[in-house]
Amino acid sequence: MKLEVETPAHLIDVNGLGLDEITETEEGGLRIGALVSNTDLAADDRIKRDYAVLSRALVAGASGQLRNKATTGGNLLQRTRCPYFYDTNMPCNKRSPGAGCAAIGGYSRQLGIVGVSDSCIATYPGDMAIAMRVLDAVVETVGPDGKTRQIPLEDFHKLPGDTPEVENALYPGELITAVILPPPPGGKHFYHKVRDRASYAFALVSVAAVIQPDGTGRVAIGGIAPKPWRKPEADAELPNGAEAVARVLTEGATTTRDNAFKVPLVERTLASVIEQAKS
Amino acid sequence: MRFDTPATRNPIDRLKVIGKPTDRIDGPLKVTGTAPYAYERHDVVPNQAYGYILGSAIATGRIRSMDVSKAKQAPGVIDVVSTLDHKPVPLGEHNTANLFGGAKIDHYHQAIALVIAETFEEARAASALIDVDYKRDDGSFDLEKHADSANLAKGPDGEEMADHFGDFEGAYEAAEVTTDATYRTPAETHAMMEPHATIAHWDGDKVTVWTSNQMIQWGKRDLAKALRIPEEKVRVDSPYIGGGFGSKLFIRADVVVAAIGARQAGRPVKLALQRPLIANNTTHRPATIQRIRLGAAKDGRLTAIAHESTSGNLPDGKPEEAVNQTKVFYAGAHRKVALRLAKMNMPEGNAMRAPGEAPGLMALEIAMDEMAEKLGMDPVEFRILNDTQVDPMDADRPFSRRNFVECLRRGAKEFGWDKRSSTPGKTVDGDWLVGMGMAAGYRGNLLMKSAARVRLGKDGIVTVETDMTDIGTGTYTILAQTAAEMMGLPLERVKVTLGDSDFPISAGSGGQWGANNSTAGVYAACVKLREQAAEKVGLDPQKANFTNGRIHLANKSVPLTDAVADGELVGEDAIEYGDLDKQYQQATFAGHFVQMSVNRFTGVPRIDRMVAVCSAGRILNPKSARSQVIGAMTMGAGAALMEHLAVDKRFGFFVNHDLANYEVPVHADIPHQEVHFIDDVDPYSSPMKAKGVGELGICGVGAAIANAIYNATGVRTRDYPITLEHHLGRLA
Repeated sequence: MKLEVETPAHLIDVNGLGLDEITETEEGGLRIGALVSNTDLAADDRIKRDYAVLSRALVAGASGQLRNKATTGGNLLQRTRCPYFYDTNMPCNKRSPGAGCAAIGGYSRQLGIVGVSDSCIATYPGDMAIAMRVLDAVVETVGPDGKTRQIPLEDFHKLPGDTPEVENALYPGELITAVILPPPPGGKHFYHKVRDRASYAFALVSVAAVIQPDGTGRVAIGGIAPKPWRKPEADAELPNGAEAVARVLTEGATTTRDNAFKVPLVERTLASVIEQAKS
Repeated sequence: MRFDTPATRNPIDRLKVIGKPTDRIDGPLKVTGTAPYAYERHDVVPNQAYGYILGSAIATGRIRSMDVSKAKQAPGVIDVVSTLDHKPVPLGEHNTANLFGGAKIDHYHQAIALVIAETFEEARAASALIDVDYKRDDGSFDLEKHADSANLAKGPDGEEMADHFGDFEGAYEAAEVTTDATYRTPAETHAMMEPHATIAHWDGDKVTVWTSNQMIQWGKRDLAKALRIPEEKVRVDSPYIGGGFGSKLFIRADVVVAAIGARQAGRPVKLALQRPLIANNTTHRPATIQRIRLGAAKDGRLTAIAHESTSGNLPDGKPEEAVNQTKVFYAGAHRKVALRLAKMNMPEGNAMRAPGEAPGLMALEIAMDEMAEKLGMDPVEFRILNDTQVDPMDADRPFSRRNFVECLRRGAKEFGWDKRSSTPGKTVDGDWLVGMGMAAGYRGNLLMKSAARVRLGKDGIVTVETDMTDIGTGTYTILAQTAAEMMGLPLERVKVTLGDSDFPISAGSGGQWGANNSTAGVYAACVKLREQAAEKVGLDPQKANFTNGRIHLANKSVPLTDAVADGELVGEDAIEYGDLDKQYQQATFAGHFVQMSVNRFTGVPRIDRMVAVCSAGRILNPKSARSQVIGAMTMGAGAALMEHLAVDKRFGFFVNHDLANYEVPVHADIPHQEVHFIDDVDPYSSPMKAKGVGELGICGVGAAIANAIYNATGVRTRDYPITLEHHLGRLA
C-alpha cells in the first residue's frame, strides 16, 4: 500500500478476534491461532521441542521487530514477489494481469527456477511456510457464510501459470483462523537458510528437513519457487543422498544467467543438511 | 590565519581535552530522539504542507504531456507542480543531472512532479493519479558493452585524465614476473539512514531550507543558482544529519522541488525523498572495470605498474577516479594510469565515501596479493619492500608523514598474521574453510579553507559557530574539544552550533577533510579570542597561558570571566593554507587484516574478525575516530560481500532500489572489529597536526576480504561483490 501497489477501499482490523492461542489437538498435534505472533510461535516450548524445524525457520525470517508484529496467518499470506513487482512503473502480470513480466529478461538473481511460468518468475519469500510444508500443516479458514474449511498447505499456495495474480486458495472474504500441525514427526529437524547477508534477508535457497535415524525423511525447499517446494518423490530419495534428492526437486529447472547457481546450491545445501543429520 | 609553514608547539599540544576518548556531546540528544532532523523540524515554521515527488518512469526520452487535473482534485491536495511548467533549473557546480524542470528525461526516477497536500498520505495517493505520456528513447545502460569504446576522460581544462612516469611498456616487457588481470566493482548507493529531506519556506523573496546537507555553502550557492536568486536570499540550515556518505554533498531534488513548491503554493513545504526513489533519483558510486598490470623483479621490487579504469556517467559527467592512489602508493616503478569514461544514460555517478580510492584499492590490493603469491613472498613483506617515503613520480616531493610500514607490521602482530597458511584452501574448521587476508589502505589528506566564530559569553561559556556539519561523525565533539583546549576550559563549558549558512563558512564534511580543517578553523578563531581576552585583562596575548578557566602569565592569574566583565568577546577567523600540500604529499595509511570463513557446502562467506591499523596524524578523539573506522570497515565489508546496484540493461535503471533488495551489512555480518591508531602527529597538515580517518577506514577493506576468501578457498574472484556463486562450483 505504501507503494500504491494495492489501493484497497476498505481495511478491516482483525487484531481483536482473539485467535492468538496455541492449543493441543485431539490427534496429538497443535492448532496455532492465526494471530499468534511469529515471536511467540518460535518461542513456544512445544514448537521448540516437537517441531523445531518451524521454530528455526521462524527465527531465520525477517528481523526481531518484524517477527513481533508478524502473525501466523499474515506470514502465510505474504506475497510471492520480486523487485519489479514493487516498482509500479514496470510491467507486472501479478499487479496488472496481462501487462507482461519485466523480471523475465531482467535482473533475476533472487528469482525462481522451478514452478515458474512465462507470466511470472517470482519466488515465495517466506521461511515459516517452508517448515509448515515439511510438517504437512493444514490451513483452517472461515468464509463469510461462517463455514469453515481445511486446506492442506500443499494446496494453499498456487503456482502462477497464466494467473500469477492468484497466489493462494482463499476465496474472497475468506479468513485464515488457524494452522493445524499433525502430531510430531520425530527425527532431527533442520532449517538451513542460505543468504548473502547473515540476517534480515530473503533466502537464496533454504532447506527445511526432518530426517529420521534411518535416513528417511521429508524435505521442502524455499527460495527457488513461487510456493514452498516439496515433492514426495524427492523425499523418497533422501536415503540415496543429496544429488538424488536435488535432481528430483530441480527437474526441469528454467534458469537465467543470474540464478543458475541455485541448482547446484540446492544440492549442496541438502548435502550439508544430510551430513549433519548423520552426525 | 595563514598556515604555510609546519606547525610548531601550540596550545593543542597540551592534550588536556584533545586526544582523549570522549563521548559525543550530542549523543544524549540522538539516543533520546530529540536531535531535530530535517523532516522533524515541526517548530521552525507553522502551517507546513506535505510534498511527494513523482519520479520519471523512463530512463531517457521526453515527456510529451502530463495531466495533473485528477491529482489536483484529489482530497487534501493544495497544488501540483509539473516539470513542464518550469525551465530546467541551472545545474549545481559539481553535478550533471537535471534536478527539475523541462520535458527532457536524463535518467530514471528524475523528479517530474510534486504534489503538495495537507497530509503525506494525501500527497502520495494523489501522485498516483498523475498521467504522464512519455516518448521513450534508446539509451546506453550496459557499461560492459560500452567499455571497449570508451574514450579517455577529460579533466576540467580538457586535458586527458592519463598520466605516466618512465617507460611502463618497456619495464613491463622486461619484468621477470608479471600479472595482468581485470577487476570489476559494481555501482553502489550510499544507503544512509536518513533520507534526503527538506522543509522550504519563503519570507518575501528570501527562502530558508531546513535540510540534510554535508556542505552548507555549496548548498547555498547551488540553490541560489537553481532558483535564479542571489545567494544572500538563501539560508540553509542543517544541524543534524543522519549520514550522507557523499550523497548529501550537493543539494538534491528534495531541496529544489520543495523550494519551488513552497513558492508556488504560498506555504512551507516539507518532503523527503521516498526510499525507493533515492538510488535512481540521486547520485551513486559508479561501477568500474579496472585492468591492472604489475611487473616485478624476482626479489619482489615492483618495476612496472599500469592501472586503467573505465566507468560510465551521464554526458558531461566525471569518471570514478579509481587510479589516483596508484600514482603514489608504491615505490619506484615505471607506471601509467588512465581513466576512461563511457557515456551512459544511467543516473548521475558521483562521490561516495572515499571516491576513487575505495573501488581503486578493491582492485589494486587484489593485484598486489596476486603478485606476492606469484613471487612466493608474504603479502605484508612484499608491500613493505615497495614502500616509498617520496612521491614515486616526483622524488623531490616527500610524504609529510608516512607510517605505512608501521601500520602493516603492527597489524600483522595484532592480528596474528604468522598463523596464516600461505597455501590457499588448506584450513578447514568443521563446515568452514578458513582463510586470512590483508590489504593496504591509502587515502589523501585534503586541505580546505575553514572559518569559525567563537563567542566568550559573560557566563564564561564559549560558543562555537560555524557552518560545519556533523554527518554522524562526531564533529560537534571534536570542535568542542578544540575550543575547550584552546581556551583552557572543561568540555562542559563549550557549546557548538553547526550547519547554519548564516555562520562562517567551513570546509564542510566530505573527503575526510572535515575533522582536520574545521578544527583548525576553530583553532584560528580561538587564537583571535585569546588575543582579545588577554588584552582585556592586560596580559601579553602572545605569552598568556589559558588553563583551568583562568588566564595566567608569570605570577599573574585571573579568571577567564574577568575578560568578559564588560560584555562578550567574539573571535572570528579562518584557517587558510599555503602550499604545504604541494611541497609534501599528504596522506593517511592503513593496514587491514581479515579472517574469513567460507561454508564448504554452500560457499557462503562470513567474516570472523577484522583488524585495522591506521595512521592519520593526531587522533583528536580516539572514541569517535574508532567509530568512524569501524563504520567504514563495515561499509567495506558490504562492498566486498553484498552491496551492488543491479542494472536493468533494457529499461536503464537500478532495480534493487530499496533496503530489502539492496543489502547492506547487519550486526550479524560484523564480528569483532579491532582498530589501532599509530601514535603520530603531522605538523604539515594544520595547527591541529591531524588528518581524517572516516574514509581511510574503508580503503583496502574489500580487497582484504577478497584476499582472505582466496586464502580460504583457493578460488580467486576479481568481481565484486564476492557472493557465493563465484566460487560455489569450484569448491571441493
